[in-house]
Amino acid sequence: MSEGKVIGAYLVPNQALPVLAPEASPGWQSLAHSYAQVRAEIEASDADLLLLFSTRWVSIIGHQMQADPAPDYWVVDEDFHQFGSLHYQLKMDAEFASLYQDCARARGLTARTVAYPGFPIDVGSVATLQMLNPENRLPAGIVSCNMYSDRAETLVLGKAAADAIRQSGRKVLLLGVSALSNRMFGHWIEPASDRIHSLKDDEWNRKILELLGEGRLEDVSQLAREFHRQANGDSKLKAIWWMAAAMGQHNHYRGRVFDYQPVWGTGAALVGLQPTAKAEGGLEYDEDEVDVFVGDRNVLAPQPSKNHE
Amino acid sequence: MEKGRIITGCLAPHPPHLAYASNPQQNEPKASGAGAWQPLLDAYARLRQSLAAHDYDVLVVHTPHWKTRVGHHFLGVPHFEGLSVDPIFPNLFRFHYQLDVDVELAEAICRQAQAEGLVTTMMRNPEFRVDYGTITSSHLVRPQWDLPIVAISSARTYFDYSDEVGEREMLALGRATQHAIEATGRKALLLASASLSHRHFTEEPEDPEDPSFEHIYNPNQAQWDQHVMELMRQGQTRRLLEEMPDFIAQSVSECRDGSLTWLLGALGQAEIPATIHGYGTVIGTGNAVVEWDLAAQEVGA
Ligand SMILES: [Fe+2]
Repeated sequence: MSEGKVIGAYLVPNQALPVLAPEASPGWQSLAHSYAQVRAEIEASDADLLLLFSTRWVSIIGHQMQADPAPDYWVVDEDFHQFGSLHYQLKMDAEFASLYQDCARARGLTARTVAYPGFPIDVGSVATLQMLNPENRLPAGIVSCNMYSDRAETLVLGKAAADAIRQSGRKVLLLGVSALSNRMFGHWIEPASDRIHSLKDDEWNRKILELLGEGRLEDVSQLAREFHRQANGDSKLKAIWWMAAAMGQHNHYRGRVFDYQPVWGTGAALVGLQPTAKAEGGLEYDEDEVDVFVGDRNVLAPQPSKNHE
Repeated sequence: MEKGRIITGCLAPHPPHLAYASNPQQNEPKASGAGAWQPLLDAYARLRQSLAAHDYDVLVVHTPHWKTRVGHHFLGVPHFEGLSVDPIFPNLFRFHYQLDVDVELAEAICRQAQAEGLVTTMMRNPEFRVDYGTITSSHLVRPQWDLPIVAISSARTYFDYSDEVGEREMLALGRATQHAIEATGRKALLLASASLSHRHFTEEPEDPEDPSFEHIYNPNQAQWDQHVMELMRQGQTRRLLEEMPDFIAQSVSECRDGSLTWLLGALGQAEIPATIHGYGTVIGTGNAVVEWDLAAQEVGA
């Protein structure tokens, strides 16, 4: 079996409204149209696995990998229940989930596969797969977003994904399910008048998209903390950390911004990144680089495992 | 119609571990009985015993695990049944539930809260899955499931604006809850479904119920929890509310989801001593089962 590899990546929105009610807002309609373009690109590729990291699936016990081969249920959005339910029948690559778990553990992470009938697949992942892989032409994998993990741990999770992909022989497209700015309107708005919550968020989103459009994924990864602080980024932008680490931490990509629209005030973008030989300039790498996770810091707490021994 | 009233208010934490350890027939996974959370199971037993002396006809639950960013939502369908699988601890909680909702009371609180200036919404989608916080707290307090409930979501005001704004909203929501209960003639039991300190360990032992693993995440959390419980015991409600933003920030408290402040608001910020039925840790978080017995207070007065 030849070595597997990441053949590309997409940043996709974390909200289901463009799927539930595209007609309600020009922005959501535009996203629905752009999803179709991304879907066509995926269908034209030779990918044989879609691997998602979703900020809408929060975990506490390390990192969870979805391993139910055929999840079959429905999800109702916690806020937008009046827009209806999303019924899903998905196809998961259970063998890959198990391999990813092993690779994560080999790098010091706590990881486990989950496969339970009725498990609530998160609304971000369901929306993404319905738009990009509606017939389950490709199997998928989903990994959770640990609420306590910071950059180091998330990079290791991304590198473990790269390990698993290499060993699996799969040709993989990564999907980072995440908003950019994640400030929402806290009241009911007229969907047609949706806009980015603040000018500042909008400006930061556009800066990030400018860099991604130039293929500068590693630069965006290095900027994530500042972006998160300034523009209320979604989950510290962990999806970007994960993608950047899984793809080798560099700027050798061809980037394409398919769309950027507001969804209830948040910044929702569809961006594609294809590996290319040519690096874009302007590199400024100064964050830590971590290969193995040595555990929760537990500065004030005794190590639970030691206590347990 | 007789004027309604709140019979008792409880802090009723919802770690799914406690439902799991009770081995109810509705839950698919079965616990070993190794005893890691026995102090909390005993605390809930004492609470149930105490509540047996009271007559009430509805449970009103504020839950941190229905997280809404567009205001405060209320279950608005008369009956739900289904399977609740905890996305975080699916190994422990896969609970088959059937429950009735007191929609009339939910609508009354929803209207009253709107009149207080809050953004409110009735949840009318019958396919909605009821969250595990609501189910766990309700089950541990009244496993018979013979009374209707009202479930209120946790608006993200603390997170999207600030802890102070969140606190003010929750006090207003509490007032609205109290007024709606009075206006609808209900005798209500209120449940704030929340832990105190709330930093978790991010790994789990082979047997999740292994008592040699279980302890508080760090001494800072333990001290804050003890302090907060002392304020409750002494009936220093206003001081507790004054210190709430510090408590939230310094102990990573789940009170940031608003449940406890909602409860104290609904109790009219009454300075009455609470009964601490017990305290224990669950995967590092601090949990107390606490009762503010308004009915006993009235008898004593
Ligand atoms: Fe919780």
